[in-house]
Amino acid sequence: MNNPVIETKKLSLFYGAHQALKAVCMAVPERGITSLIGPSGCGKSTFLRTIDRMNDLVPGVRVEGELHYRGENVYAAGTDVTELRRQIGMVFQRPNPFPMSIYDNVAYGPRTHGIRSRVQLDAIVEESLQKAAIWDEVKDRLKAPALGLSGGQQQRLCIARALAVKPDVLLMDEATSALDPISTSKIEELVTELKKDYTIIMVTHNMQQAARISDQTAFFLLGELVEFGETEAIFSMPRDKRTEDYITGRFG
Amino acid sequence: MRTSPQKGLPLRRRAYGGAMRVLLYLSAAATLGLLAFLIGYILYRGLPGLSWEFLTSAESMLKETDGILPAIQNTVFVVLVTLAIVLPLGVGAAVYLTEYARSRRIAGAVEFAAETLAGIPSIVYALVGMLVFCQFLSLQKTLLAGALTLVIMTLPTIIRTTQESLKTVPQGYREGALGLGAGKWRMIRTVVLPSSADGIVTGCILAVGRIVGESAVLMFTAGMGTTLQQFFTAGGFTKSSGATLTVALYVYAKERAEFGLAFSVAVVLLAATLLINLSAKLAARKLKKR
Amino acid sequence: MHAVFLVCGLIAVAFVLLITVYLIASGLPAIMQVGLGNFLFGAVWEPTATTREPSFGILPFLLTSIYGTAGAVVLGVPLGFFTAVFLAKAAPPKLAAVVRGAVELLAGIPSVVYGLVGMLVLVPLLREAFRLPAGDSLLAAMLVLAVMILPSIISVAETALRAVPREYEEASLALGATEIETYFRVTAPAAKSGIAAAVVLGVGRAIGEAMAVLMVAGNVANMPSLLTSVKFLTTAIASEMSYAAVGSLQRQALFSIGLVLFLFIMLINALLNLLLKRGGKGGRG
Repeated sequence: MNNPVIETKKLSLFYGAHQALKAVCMAVPERGITSLIGPSGCGKSTFLRTIDRMNDLVPGVRVEGELHYRGENVYAAGTDVTELRRQIGMVFQRPNPFPMSIYDNVAYGPRTHGIRSRVQLDAIVEESLQKAAIWDEVKDRLKAPALGLSGGQQQRLCIARALAVKPDVLLMDEATSALDPISTSKIEELVTELKKDYTIIMVTHNMQQAARISDQTAFFLLGELVEFGETEAIFSMPRDKRTEDYITGRFG
Repeated sequence: MRTSPQKGLPLRRRAYGGAMRVLLYLSAAATLGLLAFLIGYILYRGLPGLSWEFLTSAESMLKETDGILPAIQNTVFVVLVTLAIVLPLGVGAAVYLTEYARSRRIAGAVEFAAETLAGIPSIVYALVGMLVFCQFLSLQKTLLAGALTLVIMTLPTIIRTTQESLKTVPQGYREGALGLGAGKWRMIRTVVLPSSADGIVTGCILAVGRIVGESAVLMFTAGMGTTLQQFFTAGGFTKSSGATLTVALYVYAKERAEFGLAFSVAVVLLAATLLINLSAKLAARKLKKR
Repeated sequence: MHAVFLVCGLIAVAFVLLITVYLIASGLPAIMQVGLGNFLFGAVWEPTATTREPSFGILPFLLTSIYGTAGAVVLGVPLGFFTAVFLAKAAPPKLAAVVRGAVELLAGIPSVVYGLVGMLVLVPLLREAFRLPAGDSLLAAMLVLAVMILPSIISVAETALRAVPREYEEASLALGATEIETYFRVTAPAAKSGIAAAVVLGVGRAIGEAMAVLMVAGNVANMPSLLTSVKFLTTAIASEMSYAAVGSLQRQALFSIGLVLFLFIMLINALLNLLLKRGGKGGRG
């Protein structure tokens, strides 16, 4: 693969003595959607969180191997995690807008990174909300508290908030699992639109969702990357018996 | 467009982070320093005057010696009498709230009352205690009047801690006991209260802390007597006034300008505070383990 | 048995009623006699004047209590807030345990002990520093009160900061904010009702404190200014009660001050409950 955006080389992760990732080698290409599937506790969320180094926050965590983001090892000494996390955005399982206004939620990231001009912020807020397909619903109440929105709207606001810092990669950690079917399909539609501009990596519990919208799929089991390839191939003719068992619903 | 993450945090943000971190550590250091200074200074001025004799004798005008045994005794007696009265009341109220209350209005009133009592400053308790116990009930300024006033003051502490620990008793215990055919009162007595004993103990320790530290109330309701009481014979508790440690400290410092003695009393109070804090921690840890 | 426990519960209610009724009954007569306006807004308190008409204006006490409390809050809240953030977020666990222990000990130290140290360290210090005839002053009281309200502010604010859902902080970190930026721009604003409650609790403590203030404020019924001797609402009661003749208007007026203080505190408690309830409902909602 030429110039992968994210590439891991024998990436292992330990929580104390427990090994949660086992020498994962994987290369994610630019743009498009890569989904990570597997049963609970298989390491897919842990893997996602190693990409923007959110696992650093867990006490007693240790990482071995390399994880390259556009050619640079993010676990190398001297990496500025704040800049890394600006470029690699994240959307969480449960919508978690800050208890502030809609506007301040979206403006939080740009402000943190030093943008103070009102005009600039206004423009970023509008653009981000539009990209997240929620502008029309909130444009008349930007000063209203974000926690007053519905769950689906909150999640799209969180996507807008992530987009506002102009990221390159978007990580989504089961971003629709707490939402109702209608909100879920709206988010899926949105993500399909966003993949034209961003490299999206998403963890999902929902195999149909992976099959429906992703371009590549990775199957994790017990911390191991069992199989990784084109989504169509994985779902129609998996090479590994364990993948086949999982996607045909024999376990998981 | 894309800057390498190797570039590092912009100077302004690094400065902000550094400055804030320094501020956080400085604040914590100031708090620690404050305590260290207080303890150090009190020990420095109070230890020289502290002796076994000082702790175990009464002051004597004739022999010109000083001693705080009466103050220690008064403190202990006020603590015991207050607890003896407030404990059944407070635990009873907490049991009512968690086990019996069916009327939301009454329970709400009781909780509101407890909250209100907890917020009233001690000088107001002092006024009311003086009016009600010393004057209206003609107890005069006596240790008994002081203890009764302190009952009102410490009641919310006992109610709250007991209530909290009653809430942690698993519902299954109650159902189990009731299922075996125990009556409600029997269930409370044999199952609920024993398993919340740690919480009640914590409440007592907190109440002791408040009583030992209290001064305004006792000054106005228990007076400033410094003679040794005959608690067991002449009804000293109900008849005579007496200063507890805090009041004795105040009298030494403010009325007699005997600062060395005041600091010696402060050392004793500091030791008592430390002891009370440690036991509260111990009790809380036991409570958590459950 | 139900009845017995009900009675125990009702005793708490009875105590509140007793306090309220007694304070009103003994506090109102003097206010009626002096006149509410003259009482609250009269600038002169000379209850035992003989050459002139005695005067019962408590404005000096009211203002002193308000200024003194405000000063204590201004001094104590920043220190308390930063220490709380330190304890809740930034401190290594072992260091946090030490500081927390110190805060608990500060909370347990009796107020007369604070008063004693204030009287013998702070007061002389102020006298030297400002070349005053006496160092007993509003400023001394503010400083002592600031230290005394510190533990309550720290512990309530720390609890509020800890109650902020971790997800808010994760969202902020994932956007590229540093941990320190997250604590001050996300965690603290999210805990704002709890932190406000900490401040209000501090206000309540400061307004109600009597003994420590009695030992450092000088106890003269002056209009408040930083370096003069002053009397607070609490210390007016504490210092005059012992020699006000039973049945005199002065003594009754002291009860009226008690009533005013009581009303003040009730107001503050109502505010506190409002804030705590709002804080409890906060988080996601």
